[in-house]
Amino acid sequence: MKSCFRNDAMRKVCGEAKFGDDFRFHGMVHAVPVYTEYIHAENLSLEIEDARSMPGVLSVFTWEDVPGELTAGQINQDYPIFVKDRIRSNSDVAALVVAETRMQALAAAEKVIVTADVLAAVLDPEEALKKDAPVIPEGKDSNLVNHHIVRTGDPDTALAMSSVVIEQRFETPFVEHAYLEPECAVCVPREDGGLEIYGSMQHPFSTRRFVCAYLGRPLASVVCLSHAVGGSFGGKDDTASVVCARAALAALKLNRPVKLLLKREWSMRESYKRVPYKMDYKVGFDGDGHLTGAISKTLADSGAYTSTTPWSTWRSTVQNMGPYKLENIRGEVLGVATNNVFTGAFRGFGSPQTNFAVEQIMDMAAEKLGLTPLEIRKRNALVQDSITITGQKLDNHTVSLMEVMEKTAETIDFERKYRNSSRGKGGKFYGIGMAASYRGCSVGAEAMDFCCATINIQFDGSILLDTAVFENGQGAVSAMMLICAEELGVPVESIHYQASSTASIPDGGTTVASRGTLVGGGAIKDAMSKLKPILQEILYPEIAESPDQVSFHDNRIWGTEERSLTWSEAGHQMYLSRVYPFAFGSFQAPRVSWDEENGQGNAYFSYVYSCQAVEVEVDPEKRSCRLLNVVATHDIGKAINPPMVEGQIQGGIVQGMGMALTEDFKIEEGRIKSLNFSKYKIPRMTDVPDMLTQIVENHDPLSPTGAKGIGEPAMEIIAPAIANAVAAATGERFFSLPIKLKKEIQA
Amino acid sequence: MSEITVNEKKYTLSSEQEELTLLDYLREELNLIGAKNGCGEGTCGACTVLLDGKAVRSCRTSMKKVIGKSVLTIEGIKNNDGSLHPMQQAFIDAGAVQCGFCTPGMIMQSMDLLSRNSNPSREEIRKAMRGNLCRCTGYQKIVDAVELGASRLQNK
Ligand code: FES
Ligand code: FES
Repeated sequence: MKSCFRNDAMRKVCGEAKFGDDFRFHGMVHAVPVYTEYIHAENLSLEIEDARSMPGVLSVFTWEDVPGELTAGQINQDYPIFVKDRIRSNSDVAALVVAETRMQALAAAEKVIVTADVLAAVLDPEEALKKDAPVIPEGKDSNLVNHHIVRTGDPDTALAMSSVVIEQRFETPFVEHAYLEPECAVCVPREDGGLEIYGSMQHPFSTRRFVCAYLGRPLASVVCLSHAVGGSFGGKDDTASVVCARAALAALKLNRPVKLLLKREWSMRESYKRVPYKMDYKVGFDGDGHLTGAISKTLADSGAYTSTTPWSTWRSTVQNMGPYKLENIRGEVLGVATNNVFTGAFRGFGSPQTNFAVEQIMDMAAEKLGLTPLEIRKRNALVQDSITITGQKLDNHTVSLMEVMEKTAETIDFERKYRNSSRGKGGKFYGIGMAASYRGCSVGAEAMDFCCATINIQFDGSILLDTAVFENGQGAVSAMMLICAEELGVPVESIHYQASSTASIPDGGTTVASRGTLVGGGAIKDAMSKLKPILQEILYPEIAESPDQVSFHDNRIWGTEERSLTWSEAGHQMYLSRVYPFAFGSFQAPRVSWDEENGQGNAYFSYVYSCQAVEVEVDPEKRSCRLLNVVATHDIGKAINPPMVEGQIQGGIVQGMGMALTEDFKIEEGRIKSLNFSKYKIPRMTDVPDMLTQIVENHDPLSPTGAKGIGEPAMEIIAPAIANAVAAATGERFFSLPIKLKKEIQA
Repeated sequence: MSEITVNEKKYTLSSEQEELTLLDYLREELNLIGAKNGCGEGTCGACTVLLDGKAVRSCRTSMKKVIGKSVLTIEGIKNNDGSLHPMQQAFIDAGAVQCGFCTPGMIMQSMDLLSRNSNPSREEIRKAMRGNLCRCTGYQKIVDAVELGASRLQNK
């Protein structure tokens, strides 16, 4: 077993790692949110006097107490800290009760009375786009949140001339992130007027932006500190931030440390979900199985607020037709506001949805044409120098789609097993399926993309690293430390990382898009290119004839003729020379471009190539589906911490498997019914088999370390692979998730 | 008198403390933060501790039921010399820790399993630990860790 480096593993196995709820401060008081029974309503009025007079209650805060903006957001500033006169979803919060103890706050929250005039609710994006639908967003004249398009060639003619046309609607549901740690925030007012925030934040800088917008404070007057976060998967941004902002508001007003811990039920009620899609695809193939043209229209349910739906749906536009060559396409993706719980970022960010459609369409066409799933994919796969549907020529990195597909198929023995699939015959049904993807690295043309790091060699030679990449549990910090150690030729134990905060390093962009290793690693490389000449210049006289003869390896600094210095000697020497052995490095993502009008451009500077295959057994009596085996192959450029990469792949597959089979998010008339794990079944240990992961490493020339990213590629294709395997097993296709064998299979 | 033992130390409960759940007592009264609150309804396993050697969900265990009994938490399993319990070390070595929120509960559940079956198969590990949820790892490396920990304990 290859050993795995995690700087935080020791404290986590000892139960000593501190998550949000593990912080406590002298004089700390407790806050509890007040939800309402409404879905869509106006003329809100609040009676808070009874609650205020309950034992231990310090205050009840509402919109009237908010010093800054009532709403904030990453794209549209529409997400309220407290609702004012209009309620837009059952997840909205009307007030915050603060008391000496949590029990007292809970009791008092019951006494807040909210009344409002009910408005008709719109819960379906198709309904919401109708002319007479009530308009949900403030100050807009329709419920359309965004409209992205990708178009090239003449898809109408191409479809008319196709031998095979697949026309189908696919649907994907709300999906709960189900990070095991519910949101918690602790805000400590400092005697110097600053605010210190601890909490389950995916990205401290994002939280700071939200907090400062709501509180009307300068960014520099608030510090968000990083510490252990119990998973995020894209889900601890807007909601976690508003939780922090509420705690901060109370702390500021009361001048006491305030903790706001969400119960699991509140977390599932309030937090944003994966954006549900309704996708209508019409895709043509010629007689040899080559794609000819595609027309698609996707409606994405943004829920009551915008969050990152426009970015999520943008990715769905760029990757609208999977990793395949296609010259004629018109793809549209519309984000639409409804009165459902709002939706936004979730690992995969718009591509697990489109992949569910496209990767089934490939198999559906293969069945009609008498090709195997592997063969039809090979005939259409993007290869070196191919042009994507957005007009981007893939010539600046290794296009390894064929390699990952062939490797997957070979390892799992796909062709033979596919021939032997049951197709609804026999006792227990056996089936195998595959899916492939290419995934744009980092955020691409959807947002700014740069990051930074500092390296600070101390007087005694110990090495202090800081980066603007934050730990959510994925192992980001460990990867940063490994890159730094390798650059300096020291053991990783020599690298020290002091929990970064918004006051220790400049903002490096959000913890999203599987970008941490790539952009943080790039920033470290840049810092090294500045730090090393500083060290070489000062240290060379003792050990070499010129600065360029000084090198860094085997935990020492080497010159010529076996002369060398320890790091401690070097630290002293730097001090005596009065030169700072300190460097600030940054990484700027290579330029990307986008023409919104036609959806054309170099959307991402590089891509990750992936293929996964899965074997299933369907029991027609019990109507259950069991995974027997999974093989996953990903070209991630370079694996910095291979065992962690494996862990990311395995974890991603199991999340995708949950979306495919076990997770049935219940929301009825705008009210969420899946409020805890008893009502929302994420996969358990017995639901998943051992998986085989294969890492392909074609170092990416545009990434300074060669590494790309793995968090999201890991989870974005297993759902369609399972759907394809179920189809091979049962002879039936399932076009919506989760796959419900119970209703539809005839025993 | 309501006495309990936690990690080999004796405590006497006040009448208010008797009204708490074991999880709240550990976290709020003793500041033992290793057991986590993931669901509060007994379905995630993050709050798992051993009560007289058996795994229990501390969020669903009232202190009244703990009286006269002995509790072992993640904070209490290190060796006397301060070194890690082999199962803790196995979780590190197998790469079974990501966010770590499930980890203390997983380790405590695995100790319950090993007390009944010192050499479990992967199937048996998965069955015995299916009540403990993890959203990060996909479970495979946790099964690896329990296997590794069990074999190290056997060879001791
Ligand atoms: S917190 Fe006790 S089982 Fe989840
Ligand atoms: S490691 Fe995050 S829940 Fe298990």
